[in-house]
Amino acid sequence: MLPVIWFCIVAVMVAMYVVLDGFDLGAGIVHLGVARTDRERRAVIKSIGPVWDGNEVWLLAGGGALYFAFPALYASSFSGFYLPLMMVLWLLILRGISVEFRNHIDNPVWKPLWDTVFCFSSGLLAIFFGVALGNVVRGVPLDASGEFFLPLWTDWLPGPNPGILDWYTILVGLFAFFTLTQHGALWVAYKTENGVRTRARRIARLSWFAVAAFTVLVTVVSFRIQPQLSRSFAAMPVGFVFPLLALAGLTGAFLFWSRQEDLKAFVSSAVFVIGMLTSVVFGVFPYVLPANTDPALSLTIHNASAPAYGLRIGLIWFAPGMALAASYSVFLYRKFAGKVQLEEGGY
Amino acid sequence: MDSALALHRFHFAFTITFHYLFVQLTLGLALLIFILKTMALRTGNEHYNDTARFWAKIFAVNFALGVVTGIPMEFQFGTNWSRFSKAAGGVIGHTLGMEGLYSFFLESSFLGLLIFGEKIMGRVGHWFSALAVWVGSWLSGYLIVATDAWMQRPVGYELGPHGEIILNSWSALIFNDWAAWQFMHTILGGVVTGCFAMASLGAFYLLMGKHQDYGRTFLRVSVTTGLLATLLVAFPTGDQQGALVARHQGPTLAAMEGHFETGPAAPMAILGQPDVEQRRLDNPFVLPGVLSMIVHKRWDAEVRGLDAFPKENWPDNIPLLFYSFHIMVGLGTIFIAIMGLSALQLWRGKLFTFKPLLWALLLAMPLPYVANTAGWMTAEVGRQPWLIYGLMRTTAGFSNRVSSGNAMFTLFGFMGIYSVLLMLGLFLIWREIEHGPGSAPAAH
Repeated sequence: MLPVIWFCIVAVMVAMYVVLDGFDLGAGIVHLGVARTDRERRAVIKSIGPVWDGNEVWLLAGGGALYFAFPALYASSFSGFYLPLMMVLWLLILRGISVEFRNHIDNPVWKPLWDTVFCFSSGLLAIFFGVALGNVVRGVPLDASGEFFLPLWTDWLPGPNPGILDWYTILVGLFAFFTLTQHGALWVAYKTENGVRTRARRIARLSWFAVAAFTVLVTVVSFRIQPQLSRSFAAMPVGFVFPLLALAGLTGAFLFWSRQEDLKAFVSSAVFVIGMLTSVVFGVFPYVLPANTDPALSLTIHNASAPAYGLRIGLIWFAPGMALAASYSVFLYRKFAGKVQLEEGGY
Repeated sequence: MDSALALHRFHFAFTITFHYLFVQLTLGLALLIFILKTMALRTGNEHYNDTARFWAKIFAVNFALGVVTGIPMEFQFGTNWSRFSKAAGGVIGHTLGMEGLYSFFLESSFLGLLIFGEKIMGRVGHWFSALAVWVGSWLSGYLIVATDAWMQRPVGYELGPHGEIILNSWSALIFNDWAAWQFMHTILGGVVTGCFAMASLGAFYLLMGKHQDYGRTFLRVSVTTGLLATLLVAFPTGDQQGALVARHQGPTLAAMEGHFETGPAAPMAILGQPDVEQRRLDNPFVLPGVLSMIVHKRWDAEVRGLDAFPKENWPDNIPLLFYSFHIMVGLGTIFIAIMGLSALQLWRGKLFTFKPLLWALLLAMPLPYVANTAGWMTAEVGRQPWLIYGLMRTTAGFSNRVSSGNAMFTLFGFMGIYSVLLMLGLFLIWREIEHGPGSAPAAH
């Protein structure tokens, strides 16, 4: 039971990360497109400035929870996905620096440089995270000691000799890219006014169609790639609540967009993201990292989790910590609620 | 040594050493900014608020660099040290997980408010943000040190039937005596760095004849805090840290002192070069009996030398350990002298015009970085050849599925990115220094 609880906790934290850092990654993706003047770009950056750092903490906190609850999974996946993870780190560094440093110097080389770095690193990160998800769904060549190492690519086929990149994982990567583009565009639309808002709304509309098309495509392909998905949904039809949630979010994003209700459209997009992620998690369960060679070698929540004492005591420190962390987040978002005001500058 | 192992070790050493450059300054500045905000709140004098705001800007640049270089550290436990993580993740994952949950959220949320939220938070709220950032950064320091302390002195665990490491006492892990002393020693090292940075800039402004009001405030706050910190970092914290090494890591203590042969009235080496082949200290300058006194509180007590331990348990780089330790202690002594003299002159009202001392403060700025880095190297090189002392050898912990070629590729990647970061960081901080405190331009 304890491993199941911790599995749910880690899943929730990952979902929080994707929803929260997802919108600031998305804001980065649409940054160059929606904002033309320096003033507009400052508005986009300012819409995420006070919160992006806290959003990223969900990645670290989720990683920490994964580390102590499922050490074998942490060890196996982090060393196996060595190369792409390191590149994710480099992109996170570049992106963090571009947000923090952009407004320090006012000159025509400095700002466009960081705007471009911000845009490209955000976009690549979205794709990389999608590719990572694709790898987990597809499975990796785990050996008997629960380890593996994947090269960046082999023959681009998700077959017996996979690389990080193949046509399937790239497809999921693009899906993630469009999803976060929409998510970020809706956030920017909600936080800004006038020209930026209009352009953000236009990008949100365009990406919605891409998201809808990719949702269908990726769902169909995933069920073929990973047979465990159909087994899970057949065994427990109650799981269909997750894809339905995603569908509701996708529909909501369209409807509220049409009614110009930006906040509701953004929340719908968040619901879509959560619905898709929980669908995947439910579909793969009880595997946490399926082996694409011999299913018996897969890492499951049971063979990858830490002993019971640690998991039990972890719950004791986790609960108040989570409550505190959530309350800071709520407090912070309330303090910076509403449209971005450029006049009251920070320092 | 296996080349993949050597690369994984260097990879971690490089990224953590670089990360720690920024962290030690923020650990110190977090306290100093809180002191300034408190002075502002108590006196109602806007001058202290300006001063705090100026240092918050430098803090923010450092914090950003500390955050972006800190994220790789958590990843590297899995990427480069997977066998260690698989074995010990169920234990040290607790301290690392708590760091994420308890301190990162606190720090990052309130730093946003400290930097962006002065108007919307109000006076007390803004003071509280400074407090939260300070508490968050020190809490983070404690949990990281507790992680390292468990590797130095594993407690609260039992071995399972297949030799797996199982946590059986969470409180032993959190309240490890090694963690308590190492934390105080480390955190004070950070305060020393913060104080020297602030004092150095204060001295710079006075010598330049610019922003002199602020320069005087910098010096008053940093020299007072600095004297206390430099004293406490040596005694009792450094002393107690040494006592723990003597008690639990015999070969490490012997190697730190270049003490090859067991004997009574053991001397303490002030200078010398350890010659591991010949098993002696070349060109020694020693204080007889002092090591016995420090370790056993008796001048003639016997202290075990390296010869008392099997050679496979000797630290694998004795000269590096010896020099790191001696540089740390030597610089620590110099810091006490500089801060002591400065405090004396401050008290006599002569510091602001006493140029030689201002120059000394100005030029001493990089030295705490050297001392803190040397201190970490003493701890980490001293732990070798163990990854978890007495429990897991370093050779058994790295990711053996990650080849040396891949480790080298990413090492060069980090070196490239970090060089750019260092350049940018120094450039931005220099601009803030040139601009000086006072009028606050909108930076964000």
